[in-house]
Amino acid sequence: MKQTRQRKKTGFILLISLAFILLFISISLLASSMEDHYMQKRQQMVHLIEQDVLQTSQYLNTEALDPKVLQVINTVPRHKFVIPETLEDAYQNTPLPIGYGQTISQPYIVAVMTDLLKLSATDSVLEIGTGSGYQAAVLSELVEHVYSIEIIEPLGKQAEQRFKELGYKNISTRIADGYYGWEEHAPFDAIIVTAAGTHIPHTLIEQLKPGGRMMIPVGSNFMTQQLLLISKDNDGQLQTQQILPVRFVPLTGKH
Amino acid sequence: MPLKPPLISLGLISATALAYEILLMRLFSIIQWHHFAYMIISLALLGYGISGTLVSLLQARFLKPIPVITYPLFLMLFSLSCFGCFLAAQNIPFNPEAILWDIQQIWYLLGIFLTLSIPFLLAASAICLIFIYYPDHIAKIYGVDLLGAGLGSIGVIFLLFFVFPETALLIISLMGLVATLIALKETQLLAGIFSLTIVLSAIILISTAHYFQLEISPYKDLSKTLNIQGTKIIEQRSSPLGLLSIVESNKIPFRHAPGLSLYNSQEPAEQLGLFSDATGMTAITHYPDELEKLSYLDQLTSALPYHLNDIQRLLVVGAGGGSDILQAQLHKTEKIDAIELNQQIIALLSDQFAQYSGNIYLNDKITIHSGDVRGLLNKRFHSDYDLIQISLMDSFNASASGLYAMHESYLYTIEALQTYLQHLKPDGYLAISRWIKTPPRDTIKMFATAISVLKKNQVSSAAQHLVLIRGWQTSTLLVKSNPFTQDEVERLKQFCQARAFDVVWYPGIEADETNRFNRYKQAWFYQAAKALLNDSSQQFMKDYKYYVYPASDDKPFFHHFFKWSVLQELLSLRNQGGLALIEMGYIVLLATLILAVISSVILIILPLLVFYFYSTKNKILFLPILDRMQLFSYFFFIGLAFLLIEIAMMQKFILFLHHPIYSIPVILTGFLIFAGLGSLWTKHLLTKLSPRQVLLNAIIAIVGLGMIYGYFLSSFFSIMATYSITIKIILSLIAIAPLAFCMGIPFPLALTALGSSNKAYIPWAWGVNGCASVISAVLASLLAIHLGFNLVIIIALGLYMSCFFIFIMPGTKVLNHNG
Repeated sequence: MKQTRQRKKTGFILLISLAFILLFISISLLASSMEDHYMQKRQQMVHLIEQDVLQTSQYLNTEALDPKVLQVINTVPRHKFVIPETLEDAYQNTPLPIGYGQTISQPYIVAVMTDLLKLSATDSVLEIGTGSGYQAAVLSELVEHVYSIEIIEPLGKQAEQRFKELGYKNISTRIADGYYGWEEHAPFDAIIVTAAGTHIPHTLIEQLKPGGRMMIPVGSNFMTQQLLLISKDNDGQLQTQQILPVRFVPLTGKH
Repeated sequence: MPLKPPLISLGLISATALAYEILLMRLFSIIQWHHFAYMIISLALLGYGISGTLVSLLQARFLKPIPVITYPLFLMLFSLSCFGCFLAAQNIPFNPEAILWDIQQIWYLLGIFLTLSIPFLLAASAICLIFIYYPDHIAKIYGVDLLGAGLGSIGVIFLLFFVFPETALLIISLMGLVATLIALKETQLLAGIFSLTIVLSAIILISTAHYFQLEISPYKDLSKTLNIQGTKIIEQRSSPLGLLSIVESNKIPFRHAPGLSLYNSQEPAEQLGLFSDATGMTAITHYPDELEKLSYLDQLTSALPYHLNDIQRLLVVGAGGGSDILQAQLHKTEKIDAIELNQQIIALLSDQFAQYSGNIYLNDKITIHSGDVRGLLNKRFHSDYDLIQISLMDSFNASASGLYAMHESYLYTIEALQTYLQHLKPDGYLAISRWIKTPPRDTIKMFATAISVLKKNQVSSAAQHLVLIRGWQTSTLLVKSNPFTQDEVERLKQFCQARAFDVVWYPGIEADETNRFNRYKQAWFYQAAKALLNDSSQQFMKDYKYYVYPASDDKPFFHHFFKWSVLQELLSLRNQGGLALIEMGYIVLLATLILAVISSVILIILPLLVFYFYSTKNKILFLPILDRMQLFSYFFFIGLAFLLIEIAMMQKFILFLHHPIYSIPVILTGFLIFAGLGSLWTKHLLTKLSPRQVLLNAIIAIVGLGMIYGYFLSSFFSIMATYSITIKIILSLIAIAPLAFCMGIPFPLALTALGSSNKAYIPWAWGVNGCASVISAVLASLLAIHLGFNLVIIIALGLYMSCFFIFIMPGTKVLNHNG
């Protein structure tokens, strides 16, 4: 009697263990299939970006984006940077809301801006306006270190947590006023100002290395009108370029 | 049923419904953006059209008189829905900015306008019921309806000067409940429980209102600013012009100084943020202990005139928070006249924030005027200014996305620029600064306007009188009656070189001097300026992908840049940011019109289907096809024509009364009240003349008066320009009275005829007319953009004339059965 009970108990434990193992396997399979699903979507998105760039190449002075930039866009899991409500749209080539009246930028614009900064592996980059952290994550895969400043506290904290969870060790974040840049780590090879005020602070220009580039998307949260690229030459002289991210000529014919 | 129609409650409910319409516009301009507010409210008014369907259905359901209790019931539901529907609608998370990306936003938009159409549906159905109950009193009922609406429109504007829009919403809902109680008394219904319900509803409304607050879109500038630590609203003022919010930021300064040179090294002075309707931030600058701390204001493109000549006498247009005044003080300008449209901004800077802003509005050297620049210049102003400064009058985002497309602006028309030049010394400058849009639009249009004005002033070579520069964010155009001298040109070059600003045009410019600091793929600005100055300017404007023809007083749509030819190209580029280049204001207007037409078709057809279904059971509902066509076209055209004239007049009178805040209520109230009186007079006329004769006389009078207005209104405005605003309001009312009186006759005349021949079709005629009114209001703006206001009036007169022929259409009996 006692043996039967013991056998039953062992059988029950085995059954439970088996159920747990099965559950674990199915969760792992599901997770991996979800990751596959997102990877597939990501690849489709990169393909679309490549096509769009080809159409706009004449305006961006390039036939195609730097393959390294596209590789990074293909790697960074954008779905980890969006809010749960927009998870399914994470790989649409559109901006998405992230709360606090802010957005995660359109992937095409992120790719173009990153490419225009002409980054190299030893660069140090300053970002003003961390937002979701997606742009910083993209940059971090291409450069040595990214310093990112966010003015809205909850957003800054969320991004910091996200970087930790995803293992981005070369991104430093700070919740502060971006106007004064990040003096301790200046000068920077590139600066990207995704949360521009009404003017470009002199402090930021000073923190840009000679030969460095600063990128400022201009427009509203959901619509980037144009990209402002500021270049500082080796003598410290500044030149700005107004770049339309789109192939559009306002006038055709001779006038 | 009592013998007399319940006119008091009817007038009160008409007043309340119109007041609610105007209030909704105000509320949605705060929580959303103005252009979508316009779209939502226009579509919600289709509730008037739906009322035709609802009452038809009720008729079909009962197949006998609809119970009288329905009337007060509708009034009560209307009152409660005024508050409830707004509460529901403002919680729908509609985000207009994402509408081109996210299909869900369309459903949200649909949800909002359907929700908001409920109160209008209930109010219009109540009025329609009274028409059916009292077919012999139609002219009187319609007259009271219009009179009530007229008083409601002026009443709510008056109310909004004293209370915040949230409180106004509560007052309007309570007014509706008062109307319901009066309705119970008027209809002699013994409904104790009903009355008790109304009183209870009022108590619930008042107690709920305490917790009610506006849910402003998180994407508006104010909401985004308040997400930053250390920011808080320290003062709010409300008027029909807008809600002003003053925001303090303790930790992170505002530093508002758009267009600063990249070479500027000075941090802007301490500021408070000034938001109008939760958007378009400008700043109130803390007056520093040393004026040098404002020297960053010399690093703006708008500082150019101060470097070309000595500016002793200045006129600032749109003084706002005072940064143009500070810039002038920095340059030691002796005498400043400043004009600000919004009296509440003047009040803020003259009392609560006077000390903070260095008493700039109370300074001996500065005279501040409240009003519109053209009205004031016509009146008493000097003609010896060294500089008239008009800087960045709209916010960048709204300007960049083309949201002002349907806004009339008499500030930037050919006639306006002519007036400015008349008030300058021959060597004085007119300086107009604008946001830079890429590809360029408004800077080019402004340049084209200036050329047009110089040509009209018979200047031999316009190229000698113009200077245009640009930074990375703003451009400044200078226009001068005398040619620019070589010395001025040299100073201009130095000014631009020191600030990394690009020269776009000056007399004698070479192509290689342009597009140097802020580079575009091509020198678009210079190429445009050059093309506009040579003989091929017309061809250039035709070929350019944005609409850059100068605006005039007849077509005062400076912010309209949309061209159809470019839409397909931009849509095909949507994934690369092409959508950002579409001028949204026009698209919104067009989408509103399309939606209104589609909805109207459905709303007009639905009752017909109902009638068709029930006509087999009840012969009274049957009407031959020709009569139905006659009814439809008559009531549709009358609805179209009335609103086309009303809207065109409202817009035209802005120039005379200086601001929509005067023009809209004065003209709207005037039209409604005098048309109401016309309607009341109709019954009297019908005792002496046949309906056909009455209509013929009315239409002859409308067409005659309309033509006279079209030709002589501008002269009337100039002759009377110097009078005070009070006299101008009285003059405006006198001017529109005869036209409006006559326009009040055709609708009740035909409805009375219908009431005596086949009153089952009254709701349908009412609904058709309601739909036409909604379509017409949107159509008027769209037509005016393309054709100008005078042509809009002529089209409306044509519609009135055709109504007469429709009325006497042979082979029909339903309208012209007496004649």
